Amino acid sequence: MTTFFQLVVSGITVGSIYALVAIGFTLVYRASGIFNFAQGEYVMLGGMITGILMTTCGVGFVPASLVAILVTVAIGAISYLLAIRPARSAAQVHLLIITIGISVLLRGLTSALLGKDFVRIPTFVSPETFNIGGVVIQSQALLVIAGAMAMASLLWLFLTRSFVGKGITAVSANLMAAKLVGINPAAIVALCFGISACIGAVGGLVATPITMTSYDAGTMLAIKGFSAAMLGGISSAAGPLVGGLLIGLFEAFGAGYVSSTYKDAFALLILLGVLAFRPQGLFGNRSTQRV
Amino acid sequence: MTRIQVDAVSIHFGGVKALQDVSLEVRKGEVLALIGPNGAGKTTLFNVISAIYQPTSGRVRLEGQDVAGLAPFQLAHKGLTRTFQNLQIFFRMTALENVMVGRNIRERGNLFGYLFGLPSVRRQNADSRLCALELLKFVGLDRYADRPAGELSYGILKRLEIARALALEPTVLLLDEPVAGCNATETAEIDQVIRKVVSTGVSILLVEHDIHLVMNLADKVHVLDRGVTLATGTPQEVRRNPAVIEAYLGESQDEQEPANAES
Amino acid sequence: MLTKALQNPFVSTLAVALIVVALPLVVGSNFHIRLATMVYIFSIVVLGLNLLMGYAGQVSLGHAGFFILGAYSVALGPSQLGLNPWLSMAGGVALTSALAFVIGRPLLRLSGYHLAMATLAFGAIVYVFITNEVDLTGGPDGMQVQRANLSVLGLSHLMSWYWLAGGFLVLSMLILSNLLSSPAGRALRALHDSEVAAGVLGIDVARAKLMAFVISAALAALAGANLALLDGHITPAAGGILRSVELLTMAVVGGLGSLVGSVAGAAFLVLLPQFLTEFHDYEHAILGFLLVVIMVMLPLGIVPSLNAVMRRWLP
Repeated sequence: MTTFFQLVVSGITVGSIYALVAIGFTLVYRASGIFNFAQGEYVMLGGMITGILMTTCGVGFVPASLVAILVTVAIGAISYLLAIRPARSAAQVHLLIITIGISVLLRGLTSALLGKDFVRIPTFVSPETFNIGGVVIQSQALLVIAGAMAMASLLWLFLTRSFVGKGITAVSANLMAAKLVGINPAAIVALCFGISACIGAVGGLVATPITMTSYDAGTMLAIKGFSAAMLGGISSAAGPLVGGLLIGLFEAFGAGYVSSTYKDAFALLILLGVLAFRPQGLFGNRSTQRV
Repeated sequence: MTRIQVDAVSIHFGGVKALQDVSLEVRKGEVLALIGPNGAGKTTLFNVISAIYQPTSGRVRLEGQDVAGLAPFQLAHKGLTRTFQNLQIFFRMTALENVMVGRNIRERGNLFGYLFGLPSVRRQNADSRLCALELLKFVGLDRYADRPAGELSYGILKRLEIARALALEPTVLLLDEPVAGCNATETAEIDQVIRKVVSTGVSILLVEHDIHLVMNLADKVHVLDRGVTLATGTPQEVRRNPAVIEAYLGESQDEQEPANAES
Repeated sequence: MLTKALQNPFVSTLAVALIVVALPLVVGSNFHIRLATMVYIFSIVVLGLNLLMGYAGQVSLGHAGFFILGAYSVALGPSQLGLNPWLSMAGGVALTSALAFVIGRPLLRLSGYHLAMATLAFGAIVYVFITNEVDLTGGPDGMQVQRANLSVLGLSHLMSWYWLAGGFLVLSMLILSNLLSSPAGRALRALHDSEVAAGVLGIDVARAKLMAFVISAALAALAGANLALLDGHITPAAGGILRSVELLTMAVVGGLGSLVGSVAGAAFLVLLPQFLTEFHDYEHAILGFLLVVIMVMLPLGIVPSLNAVMRRWLP
């Protein structure tokens, strides 16, 4: 039983990170119809930049993390404006290839500029652990979970309550109508890329103390985040969050009870299963097709 | 001999009842025109008959055989094909190649022959090319044979779609607004083409807003309004039907469908 | 007339065949012959990917999976089953095609992003499997491949594989040219433009897509086996996610829907690192950058863009 709860804790911890990637995915997808393969790179960049600034430049955690978030947000928004927007009328596949290109470019630049070694961020909350009936919980893990929940709630509030957030909803609902009432879709979509980069970077810097990171961590995160979004369903608000936690749990149980070497394969199998049998996700509803 | 029999077909999209209890019948060599205001369900009925939609209830019979559960491509093998209101052209292929695709079910061969370019495949390619050229000539488009379809104008593509459908040698042909967007000369040419096709025994279902064409060509007219059958009969009967005059043709008996037909 | 001839797949095949025959007369160094062989090998898999993407309009981000299965079949056949390497290569291609046939039906029901991610997941599962089955595959360190070549004909190992890969490439181009000018090829090109129209004309769209998928998987496995036999050693890294991206880049950069474009794309990406040796650290960054720039500036790819220019200037 102790093992079970220990696996639940670690599953929810990694699942929170997948949930953040999934939330970023769906935000951009719903605003622009673009599937951003570079989403995982934002998490990697948040962790890498903070870690390098702290360990090799001796910068404190707060300024280092602020720099990391700002740089990642800028990369997110600029990559949209320079590379994706000029090709926005191209076919889906073309846009996907462009975001794959951005993803490869970012990881290539990171390996060349920041190195290929694993990077760790010193734990920035007290390193104490809680022991509840034999289940050990790191305080950093609690921070990861709390951080993910906070980001998800903030985003939801932003989208439903703020003026700009309603603009995003308007653009995703009806582009032409949004243009007519004076909303600038380019700015809105750039903002969405920026926000999704911010969510990713924050996820990266709270998770790296536990998971460590390296230049090539982004691709797997993108795949798992996408699996989470597909599992939960892209059309619902809670879908990506629940999907992320579920993928984290499956992975933890799979690694704990079945085979730890095949940890990465579980999310992939879930992705294939969902795409084959329930492409609208657990919480999405299949829209009635009408031609 | 009944080619197509539609039996009490209904289809619902969510809460919208797009078709309710529609029945009709087309015999060999007959032209049935479906008319009705925009949103009456004409194209939806076409989509049901060509198996793009499965009806919520009711059935469609082709040559007496229930076609429920069959895919559009299987219907094509049984002799039914169609054209589309919003063109579905293979834009990256030439006009001739478009029509050659229509020969697909008449072409025999296996993957081995295709991969190794056996002489039988080459002969068959030549046959298909010849047949496609003849069809292009039949609809008056032979001079466009080698032009990429993406470069051709709307009126030409309408005829190209008809030629492509004829390449199957169908027994039932569904034409969805064949003269929409065509000028008077083109319309007259398409009228002639349809007459020649019917004279070979092909049954035709026609959705068309050009009342002139409908009244000239059709053996039977079926009027739909908001998903239900309003009237059915010969063009003369339908023309005299008070419900049709009131709801659809309007008091003036205008030759074009009035814009506010639904009000 | 000239531009039309250049776009004819049979003319391209002949041109590539002439290059394969003439190249050894011009370049003598082993290094260059080896590079040319690599270009031929990657051209084979990219041709298949192009059939699937450029003609049938279906994306795959998982072809590295088929590639690596072909490669490991020539490593495992002799070592595990005691098979002769040539038989292992044929068996690997056959088994990979069979696998593609089985997974193709459910996968190809998807389209667009969903298909891309599902094929990516398939490729990643193959990679994870090969990396982790250490007892069978040697894990991340890879395994030796029993040597096979045409030394009976008096050819060196390298020249054997130059001629074999070149021969397979010309044969692949010829087969695809035949296919594309057959009814099945027209059906593929048709469904790329309109699946619904292809359907009402009697084309079994699912079956046509599956055929393209299986052929492309077979060519990927053939290329993988060629690479493993040329190198005499194979590691899982030859078939990771980045390899799938690289294959996709080759197909897209060269130009989708053009057979000679596949060869050009493969040549471009194999030769490019040779010109960038002093930027070795930036290799992946440059790969990503090129992918973005070409997609934005030349979305049709190199060869179709050149064709468009020539159509304007030549008769």
